[in-house]
Amino acid sequence: MIEAFEILFTASFWVAAIRIASPLIFATMGELICERAGVLNLGIEGIMVAGAFAGWLTVYLGGDLWTGVAIAAMAGAMFGLLHATLTVPLGLSQHVVGIGITLLATSLTYFTYRIVLPEVTSPPRIASFQPLPVPVLSEIPVLGPALFNQTPLTYLAFVTVGVVAWVLYRTPLGLAVRAAGENPSAVEAQGISVTAIRTGAVMAGSALMAVGGAFLTMSAFNSFFFEMINGRGWICIALVVFGSWRPGKALLGAILFAAFDAYQVRLQQITGGAVPYQLFLMMPFVLSILALVVMSRRAAYPKALMIPYQKGER
Amino acid sequence: MPSEVRRVGQISRGCRGEPSRPIALGDCPASRERRDRANHYRCSMTSDSTPVLRIANVTKRFGLLVANDSISLELGKGEVVALLGENGAGKTTLMNILFGHYVADEGTVEAFGRMLPPGDPRAALGAGVGMVHQHFTLADNMTVLENIALGTQNPWSWRLDRSGARARIRQLATDFGLAVDPDRQIAALSVGERQRVEILKALYRDARVLILDEPTAVLTPLETEGLFRTLKMLVARGLSIIFISHKLNEVMAVSDRVLVLRGGRLAGERITADTTRQELAALMVGREVMSPPVAPVVRGGELLSLDDVSTAARAGGSALDHVSLRLHGGVITGLAGVSGNGQAALAALLAGALAPSAGTMRLAGAAVSDWSPRKALEGGIARIPEDRHAVGSIGDMSVAENVIAERYRSAQFSRHGFMDWKAARAFAEELIRDYDVKCPSPDARIRLLSGGNMQKLILGRALYPDPVVILANQPTRGLDVGAVAYVHRRLLEARGRGAAILLISEDLDEILALSDEVRVMFKGKISEPSPRGERSIQQLGELMAGHGMGEAADAA
Repeated sequence: MIEAFEILFTASFWVAAIRIASPLIFATMGELICERAGVLNLGIEGIMVAGAFAGWLTVYLGGDLWTGVAIAAMAGAMFGLLHATLTVPLGLSQHVVGIGITLLATSLTYFTYRIVLPEVTSPPRIASFQPLPVPVLSEIPVLGPALFNQTPLTYLAFVTVGVVAWVLYRTPLGLAVRAAGENPSAVEAQGISVTAIRTGAVMAGSALMAVGGAFLTMSAFNSFFFEMINGRGWICIALVVFGSWRPGKALLGAILFAAFDAYQVRLQQITGGAVPYQLFLMMPFVLSILALVVMSRRAAYPKALMIPYQKGER
Repeated sequence: MPSEVRRVGQISRGCRGEPSRPIALGDCPASRERRDRANHYRCSMTSDSTPVLRIANVTKRFGLLVANDSISLELGKGEVVALLGENGAGKTTLMNILFGHYVADEGTVEAFGRMLPPGDPRAALGAGVGMVHQHFTLADNMTVLENIALGTQNPWSWRLDRSGARARIRQLATDFGLAVDPDRQIAALSVGERQRVEILKALYRDARVLILDEPTAVLTPLETEGLFRTLKMLVARGLSIIFISHKLNEVMAVSDRVLVLRGGRLAGERITADTTRQELAALMVGREVMSPPVAPVVRGGELLSLDDVSTAARAGGSALDHVSLRLHGGVITGLAGVSGNGQAALAALLAGALAPSAGTMRLAGAAVSDWSPRKALEGGIARIPEDRHAVGSIGDMSVAENVIAERYRSAQFSRHGFMDWKAARAFAEELIRDYDVKCPSPDARIRLLSGGNMQKLILGRALYPDPVVILANQPTRGLDVGAVAYVHRRLLEARGRGAAILLISEDLDEILALSDEVRVMFKGKISEPSPRGERSIQQLGELMAGHGMGEAADAA
């Protein structure tokens, strides 16, 4: 029992938690931007797969690591453009389009993988991002390594939260994005195109989702596997609700979920097989459902979420 | 003071990178009489001064419907033109074309001598045309400031200039008597305050032509007076206003000139000072409109009573607070009050959607228990809901399905658990005929009907067969003159047949015209009744604002 408690004070636990949180932070911010503009992006799972592959492939084919991140983001933005074209000007069901994008992106990725690497048995590796300790700060006990001895992509994830929050709440553009998700006619009445705002938001959001995917192949691991996204995209959709569509709260949610995940792995080792490991695997999900129940009952969701806007319609 | 406005304004314009356009202040003497202004405009129009706005031969078709048929309109500087017409006459369509929300099939729009490109709201905004829509275009989750600043600053700027915007909003608010705190969330504002924000939005962009679409539809009498004062200030500073309405007394009160639309065509144009309400009403409807005669009251037995009834608090309005109320057969009880003071709770209580948390409710003398919507219907309580779209009908279901929605289980419309669609259609056809509903067939989706026709169907559904108690909650809100008279006539007929009617309305004219006794609701309490003609509009207004309600409620 004491051991289970002591885990919380080990540096390796917190390092793992923040590492697990990083891809979730990118993708959650991406989903948050889309939903704030009024578009539910269920393509997130597939876009993460595509991003994971695009980033990894770029590096595998000789590209620079940061070029890989940029290519992943562009791949995400392209799927975002497809999603937005179908859901914004054409006003198709966001559920159907989103699931379609997920299936398309996933299949297209696996197809491309087989084309590029027809005969491999074990997944090829790349030289991934390495931890970049921040002098002095990384020496702080327990939390130092967790926050200041991570790969550059993790730092970027935290910076992204700040940027997203700043843009949404402190810039004219963020105003338009938030208004588009609340009452698109307010945006149109002020002479701004709802289509442009929503399309832009979905593209930018999708780019972030893809970077979240790329984190897995380029920072957490160093190769690409099938099934490696493994439902992380869906978790991010729940995290946006958990965070009441606010970047800061969503960040906390991502870290909380990741901490549960890191915790259950360590708990498995302590119990040494006395408890079926599936129970531990369930834990983060059960806890996030509970947290969601508590948090989202009071959440003020964007009122125009999932409602297509047609100009000139009453 | 004026130079201050100009200074702040130019800072903001600089941000948008648009050429500065000085605000015309004091060009038009405020003291000039309205009639003089109108005549001045009429005489000088052709010679020296160009109109600020010119709509020429605009035609707009939606499928087979011609919403605007070659309409022309000119607006002079400092002039208030009322656009009068029934619902569906094409007023809003015309303004949406002007503002660039719709593209006209034919015709042109010119502002300050320059042609506006069709279908571009930005061009209209840039030319100084601002519109206050009937359904506010505000984002509830944002502050007043954010809503006003939306779209006025360079979108790629790294920072929203809040302090500049705040100073300018404060200045405009003071100048035009539009008191509102820039840092409050829209969701926390009253309807009247939201409208002020809409007007501020236009002024913030230096609008010189302001279009107001049915601006008083959602306002209390007090708020309406405030709006009219603001409009006078705007005109005094050289702004021109198009005031869209179907309310004759308001048109008479604020406009210099009236354009009447009927069925998409221009039915007439009058100088307000030279016309009468009667003439305008006839132009608008195409025939003479008479208010229905009110027969002397025949007081029947007590059909429904509330004794010291309270309800649990709910979001969106006061709960009932120890309310006592008696409804007699053959009597219309009018309940005046600003919405949000417990009307919703009272309506829900009568409709069976809410049970009393304390006190006794009696229907035909018997105390009710296990109160539910079904029991209310079975007990003969008919309801005309406040919101005919959200509550009164299911938009995507057919007329027939909607009119039987309250009694689909009755033997008339179902047998052994299967619907009898033939009977349902026959019933719908009967209502369509009896209530003179303009509707292609009982299979049409009810969403496609105009508000007046939808309300007639809801009325027909409620009044069949003869109900014991009728809850009429804002029965004529948003309806045009003809439809209002129709609804009133039907309610008076039901009264003649001995039904007890509770009329909840924010329209004091309606309350005074129909009610045999008038009560006022304030913060969940109901005043003592006063018989027909005893309290004046002013006295009711005082009660609606809560003055004198304390004693009245305590005495009750």
